[in-house]
Amino acid sequence: MAAGPMKMRALLGQGYTDIRVLMNHPMETGQRKDPDGKLVPMHFIQNLTVKVNGRTVVDAQISQAVSRNPVFSFRLKGGAKGDKIEVSWLDNQGESNSTEAAVA
Amino acid sequence: MNRLRRTLLAALALGLARPLAALAAWNKDAFGAKTPGDALKSLGVAGATPSKEVVIDAPEIAENGAVVPIEVSSAVPGTTALIVVIEKNPFPLASRFDFRDGALPYAKLNVKMGETSDIRVLAEAAGKYYSATKEVKVTIGGCGG
Repeated sequence: MAAGPMKMRALLGQGYTDIRVLMNHPMETGQRKDPDGKLVPMHFIQNLTVKVNGRTVVDAQISQAVSRNPVFSFRLKGGAKGDKIEVSWLDNQGESNSTEAAVA
Repeated sequence: MNRLRRTLLAALALGLARPLAALAAWNKDAFGAKTPGDALKSLGVAGATPSKEVVIDAPEIAENGAVVPIEVSSAVPGTTALIVVIEKNPFPLASRFDFRDGALPYAKLNVKMGETSDIRVLAEAAGKYYSATKEVKVTIGGCGG
């Protein structure tokens, strides 16, 4: 399964901005077997970056222990409507994706 | 003269770029470690002080080990990183979040758990580590299948 689209929303809360991002990704551990009994190779996101108006604020390294189609929430100090949030990921097979949203 | 200067500048730029690249790279040794101790050693964690300011919100019982929702945060002043370790997973290190100025030390995510295990979260602040643990009982494991 190839990586699919991402979804994100960023909402201004009381003194912080809440970011929720969904990624389509199989997050294969390398331990699961397909119906023919063959091991499915490892395929998982390794790096995740959150940028606000072009500046990196969260730099995450993750393992195959993160569930399939990962959903992450992060929080930013303060924030303002219209701030541009960008989230990007890179997996162990060199695939990558990114998405952008404005704080609402 | 100009060319020498350019070469020197290029060499300097390369030297500066390297530590930045290393910071963002995926820590192969830590994530490939098979015990929590080895994983933490690879991350450069020597020891951690138990702290109530490191908070783990996770279910007591997870029916499905493939999707265990966890919320981690730290109230330790100056927290710059959170490390999530699932002690009994085949590869215990689940994630490491580095927070820069502008982000709160908080993350919510779903993880896989092979069996009932302690989840250990470490917060890094000013080069020191603070930790909390919480046990999650798993009815159906989520790693093999």
